Amino acid sequence: MTPKKTTKKLDKVSKDTINLIDGSAKDTYEKIIKNKTPEMNFPIRSLSNVKYDPKKGFFELLGKLKTRTLNVNTIKAFAQTLRMMKLSKDLISAEDIATKREAYYVSKNWGDARFKEQPESDTVMDDIEAMFGVNREKLGFIPEEKGGAVAGKLVVVDKDKDSGKEIKIDCTKFGSGAYSVPTSVEHLKFETKAKFILAIETSGMFERLNKHGYWKKANCILISMGGVPTRACRRFIRRLSDEKKIPVYAFCDGDMYAFFNIYRTLKVGSGNAAHLNEYFCVPKARFIGITPQDIVDYKLPTHPLKDIDVKRAKDALKNDPFVKQHKAWQKAIQQQVKSGQRAEQQALAKWGLNYVMDKYLPDKLKSDKTWLP
Amino acid sequence: MVTKSSKNETNAERLAKEQKAISVSQFFERNRHLLGFDNPLKALSTTIKELVDNALDACQEITVLPEILVQIQEKDKKNGRYVIIVEDNGPGIVKEQIPKVFAKLLYGSKFSKMKQSRGQQGIGVSASVLYGQLTTGKSSKITSKTGKNKPAHFYELHIDINHNEPEIIQDKIIEWSVKDHGTRVEIELEGKYQRGRLSVEEYVRQTAISNPHAQITFIAPDNEVTKYKRVTEVLPKEPKEIKPHPYGVELGVLIRMFKATKAKTLQHFFTTEFSRVSPQVVKEICKKSGVPPTTKTQTINHQEASKIFEAIKSTKIMAPPTNCLSPITEEILLKGLKKEVSAEFYTSTTRPPTVYRGMPFQIECGFAYGGDLKADELAKVMRFANRVPLQYMQSACAISKSTLQTAWKNYGLSQSKGALPSAPIVIAVHIASVWVPFTSESKEAIAHYPEIIKEIKLAIQECGRKLGVYLRRKKRDAETERKKSYIIKYIPHVGDALQEILEITDTQKEKVQKLLKAKFESPPEEQK
Repeated sequence: MTPKKTTKKLDKVSKDTINLIDGSAKDTYEKIIKNKTPEMNFPIRSLSNVKYDPKKGFFELLGKLKTRTLNVNTIKAFAQTLRMMKLSKDLISAEDIATKREAYYVSKNWGDARFKEQPESDTVMDDIEAMFGVNREKLGFIPEEKGGAVAGKLVVVDKDKDSGKEIKIDCTKFGSGAYSVPTSVEHLKFETKAKFILAIETSGMFERLNKHGYWKKANCILISMGGVPTRACRRFIRRLSDEKKIPVYAFCDGDMYAFFNIYRTLKVGSGNAAHLNEYFCVPKARFIGITPQDIVDYKLPTHPLKDIDVKRAKDALKNDPFVKQHKAWQKAIQQQVKSGQRAEQQALAKWGLNYVMDKYLPDKLKSDKTWLP
Repeated sequence: MVTKSSKNETNAERLAKEQKAISVSQFFERNRHLLGFDNPLKALSTTIKELVDNALDACQEITVLPEILVQIQEKDKKNGRYVIIVEDNGPGIVKEQIPKVFAKLLYGSKFSKMKQSRGQQGIGVSASVLYGQLTTGKSSKITSKTGKNKPAHFYELHIDINHNEPEIIQDKIIEWSVKDHGTRVEIELEGKYQRGRLSVEEYVRQTAISNPHAQITFIAPDNEVTKYKRVTEVLPKEPKEIKPHPYGVELGVLIRMFKATKAKTLQHFFTTEFSRVSPQVVKEICKKSGVPPTTKTQTINHQEASKIFEAIKSTKIMAPPTNCLSPITEEILLKGLKKEVSAEFYTSTTRPPTVYRGMPFQIECGFAYGGDLKADELAKVMRFANRVPLQYMQSACAISKSTLQTAWKNYGLSQSKGALPSAPIVIAVHIASVWVPFTSESKEAIAHYPEIIKEIKLAIQECGRKLGVYLRRKKRDAETERKKSYIIKYIPHVGDALQEILEITDTQKEKVQKLLKAKFESPPEEQK
């Protein structure tokens, strides 16, 4: 890669990031010249290195560091990290971006230092992100996945890239389709009078609620997370709810995956990207269903818990700082493990296809007593 | 119960008419499997095995370096007719003895001797002659010469099965000038020839491993000649004959010995017929059994014999002498393995002699690892008893049991539960003893005496430790090598990336690479 010198003046954020990269490279260089052993320090990216304070509302890093000392075993990772930093510097300087996949392909020019599979390059990218405490968008890297789908009483104000003019996107005007959350949402503005945001786990359920215009009836915004919400999706919901002061309700399956991989990530962030959680989570989200008690109350058809679900439950009770803070969740998990059953959102269809809109959601929204924190 | 029959003859009398002594030869005719002639394949290899064992033993007796020819001629492949020829440069056999040695079962000098030798019962060679006769009707041909200026005798022999006596078909003096002394045996028999693990080739190859002082020429039915070279001029130490140790004698044997001894009194009997029996020990045995030392041996009855037998068991007697054994030795076993197994690492060990049931024995073990051996197969176990390879009944043998019970993972080999290690390895185990305890007369598997199994395991473990050291060093070397290649691979990338980010000069970059290289190539303790 030849560095593309840009004539444009870089903004402060970009300049700061480049300084971080140069500083790190310079440190390595000087240590080598002085015959000292270079090191790189990364915060440990796992649940064991986060704390949870319900008042703050998100996972914070505890500050445990992993030190990578340059030696025979780490030299490959060192070389790759430096190469990746160089790529990032080029991207920022040229005001360009690369997807994670593209970055992986760029590495194919690095001879022996190239990545064999994309997860390897993703890990190095995450390392750099954590080392500098910036998000990957600032480094010029963007994720592949879509941010989520939005429908309902919302107008998103975006900018036209070329003219710089504002564009107003009315999320009620997509018919049976939906507005797609972009990978970067910092520049968006919102106009809405909706009463709440409903964050839905499956696109199947989103489709049903959208098609039948549930947002009209309930005066709300529907967002499909499509599984574990992406950073962009979390950030979008966070900014929207903060700026417009509207509550966020999560509507997911009633199983361990939905509780801890989807809902908990939405609300407090993940262990893996704890250095970014402050901005990429929605602390005021509440879990309205499907709760283990719903399975009983609504006599939902169930599937037996798998071994991995039980393991996940036990692990959460023991190690998840979020669960440890919330008695209600502990009870819910124990109830579910005891019953040995789980239920999907779509199990509500047992009582009729539109039961979810006509009965379940209106019921649940009447009172927060049946929700989980 | 006796009931009268119609002809005034008791059943017992009638049965008595049918009862008669059967000769050993008749017994063998019906029970050939007991001696290793179960099927044509085995019969052929057993015959060769018996002849080669005898040839090697014969050479050893006159301390001559053995030169042995083994040939298989195909007479009639369809009906499985073969002629087996084995020729040695041993002492030869005196004329009068030739018919008995080859055509009378259970005739030999080795049977009652307490001495380490390949053959033991004097049954093998004549059994082969008998087998040949039974399956082909042909007589066996023996040529023997005892010295340079002595005539060579040629015999054609048959066995008189009813009387277990030799039947001489032809007896003449022939011209046999190729050697000064030696014996040549030709037996025609029904057999099956094939290659593989249980083949004659494998037997001869293993014999060459345990007898590296022998020169063996093997001629296969297709006339392909294989020469197994001599790699040492050192002859095995001649084993010494020892007297039995009281612990190794059973009651019946003891009674027989009382009858056969020339000693007049019990005191005299014990001190002359046994090893390790001092007057003090005789005193103790006599006291415990209540039979006085002055008792005449000929008058000792069964009851007294039993008491003496019990007294022996409870008396502490020094272990038998062990200098009677002739191990292959660590060094020679190593030579044997090296010449016949192409591998990268060899090791061997000879355990100190020890004793089971009053019988001295000694265990040796050798490994050949890696090289041309196949990595994805199970280990090959070679079993030897008094230098004779054992090919059949592997699973019933104490050597196999000990091998299976060894924790090979400790030595860096992978092993599934209850199986041989899965590795490119040949494991050779040798037991030398004045009396090797086989599980059957066909001498194919060693009985499971705890003392023997323990010694085998110790020998395997000794070799295992040496193999483990080798494998760990090999792994470490490979690791160092891998690291070196790593350094060469990735240092330039660190240099390039730093140059591109910091825009340093080529000279600076080269300095970075040089310093890193120096850093990694220095020994680890200097790093940090």
